[in-house]
Amino acid sequence: METLGYLLHGFGVAISPMNLLWCFIGCFLGTVIGILPGLGPAATIAMLLPLTFQMNPTSALIMLGGIYYGSKYGGSTTSILLNVPGESASVVTCIDGYEMAKKGRAGPALGIAAIASFIAGTFGVVGLMLIAPPLAKFALAFSSPEYFGLMALGLAMGVLLAGESMTKALLAMLVGLWIASMGTDLFTSTSRFTFGNSEMLDGVDFVVVAIGVFALGEVLGNMEIREGTQMLPVPKGWRNLLPTWQDMKDCRFAFVNGSVVGFFIGVLPGAGSTIASFISYGIEKAVSKHPEKFGTGVVEGVAAPEGANNAETGGALVPMLTLGIPGSGTTAILLAALILWGLKPGPLMIQDNPQLFWGLVASMYIGNVMLLVLNMPLVPLFAQILRLPVYILYPVIFGISIVGVYSTSSSLFDTWMLVVFGLLGYLMRKLDYPSAPLILGLVLGDSMERALRQSLMMSQGDLSILVSRPISATMLFLTALILFAPLFKKANAWRIKAIS
Amino acid sequence: MLRIGRLAPAVQEEGDIKIGDIVSGAVLAGLGVFIIVEARGWEYIGPDGPGPGFFPLWYGIAMVALSVLLVGVSLAQGAAVPGKPVNWREVGRVMMAWAGLALCVGLLKVLGFALAFGLFTFFLVAVMYRRPLGTAIAVAVGTSVTFYLLFPLALNVELPIGKLGF
Repeated sequence: METLGYLLHGFGVAISPMNLLWCFIGCFLGTVIGILPGLGPAATIAMLLPLTFQMNPTSALIMLGGIYYGSKYGGSTTSILLNVPGESASVVTCIDGYEMAKKGRAGPALGIAAIASFIAGTFGVVGLMLIAPPLAKFALAFSSPEYFGLMALGLAMGVLLAGESMTKALLAMLVGLWIASMGTDLFTSTSRFTFGNSEMLDGVDFVVVAIGVFALGEVLGNMEIREGTQMLPVPKGWRNLLPTWQDMKDCRFAFVNGSVVGFFIGVLPGAGSTIASFISYGIEKAVSKHPEKFGTGVVEGVAAPEGANNAETGGALVPMLTLGIPGSGTTAILLAALILWGLKPGPLMIQDNPQLFWGLVASMYIGNVMLLVLNMPLVPLFAQILRLPVYILYPVIFGISIVGVYSTSSSLFDTWMLVVFGLLGYLMRKLDYPSAPLILGLVLGDSMERALRQSLMMSQGDLSILVSRPISATMLFLTALILFAPLFKKANAWRIKAIS
Repeated sequence: MLRIGRLAPAVQEEGDIKIGDIVSGAVLAGLGVFIIVEARGWEYIGPDGPGPGFFPLWYGIAMVALSVLLVGVSLAQGAAVPGKPVNWREVGRVMMAWAGLALCVGLLKVLGFALAFGLFTFFLVAVMYRRPLGTAIAVAVGTSVTFYLLFPLALNVELPIGKLGF
């Protein structure tokens, strides 16, 4: 009953004309960048972050949230029509979506992707609404040692985003921690890693690193080749986008599977929507009566991953909004946005800013309806974006990046830093270093160091305070488990090899 | 054609080494050593608890340890694990675009955003994407003018102004 009251309050915030407009702008931009291959929500949110500084935080979060979940809707269009994922989470959709398009069923594939996204996206918002407030209440008992444990756990789980090499992910995270500690130490006013440059005394602006590593790194990576890919024809007329009754019947389980799997994987920091969509696709194939047909263009192969990557967004917002722990690069940027707007993400945030949390939740219900409308009848129109030449798109991204950084600080030094971080982002991609752990390290580094130093002040330098309190001890034990489990696994594999 | 982080095929016969991992590992190890040296210059534990050198010292040590591990594993794997091919022509394209961006940022103070960005866009369209001069000029002028109209005029966002006053 209490939740319903808060939700109604949230709708009161979300349906104000300005917030509706921001929600629509966010969903629209999200769909556009989801469709554009090579430009993800993290890069877009980073680029637009400076423009939100003059906005009301609730409206800004509603817009950035719209970009985040809207991009998941748009990503399927490119997967189905181009066989290129518009967004990393839509990789799995290529498998059956593109095959359906090749068979002349692009319309129903796009339609079922939008319907699955809507159902699962809405499920994700319900989950967020029901789980976040009690979790935040539980976390109110946390003190500095628990926060340190929580952040260590968040960083360790972020390393799960590692891709192939956990060592590289950890190194990227440590570089993030190093960048976070640049500038003046808040406890003692000591200058750290400023290289004698007075412009470094305030540290490196998060916006500069995020835009450089994500936006410029991504665009520079895409500039390796000169031309794009050929697109399959887009069905004309919205009636051709409607899936058949049989399609809907075939997807019943896929809708449930995508929603549940996507949401719960989203809640786990570090797992991410790409993993959610792979697992959901795997489950769908495993329980299917015709698993051999997966990969040849079955409609469930589109519904399950598309549902999962949309439900995941609701789940991923749970640890970010309640504990201040981002689970991915995009939620790390959203978390940094909250800090830059002067808010304190953590257990008290929902209690202290009910209009922000419940306004966001309500806007997500509205946004999912907007996205269904944008992605069903209007998808042929959106698909035309894919015809936009890259030689126009990329200069625009470079321009927005420069303007975004310069408008934050009016400093040419920061634009130089942007150039440096753009190169770093490209090199990281090229050398297979994941960029998300770097951003997680950067966002959490400062708070983590503060929590550690406050904990040790509480115990007068005795490190045992971190393991003598049950919650922090559990979190640090889980952190160690995550970090060392792969080593045990490897050692075991070597042992077995040596025996045989 | 070379391989990512690898030597040319002729050298690979002598020992297949992941050059990319080794070079990046060595750079990060160097960074770790630098962090440790700097951190040792700051207070480790003071009367009020850990000082500014406490946290950097530990992540510096972790960085050195992980970098050494990365280099060691790459050397140990040698030719056993094949690497991805790298196309130096593609890398060259990116480096050219990046150098263009750096030049654009360097010219912001002298030429202002509109002109410097216009020249950079022209370079991307005409040189990087080999479009006709007319197209390159149209795109460069179009994007510069749109940015100028949108940011300083419509949104009141400050952009770098050059010696020419815009």
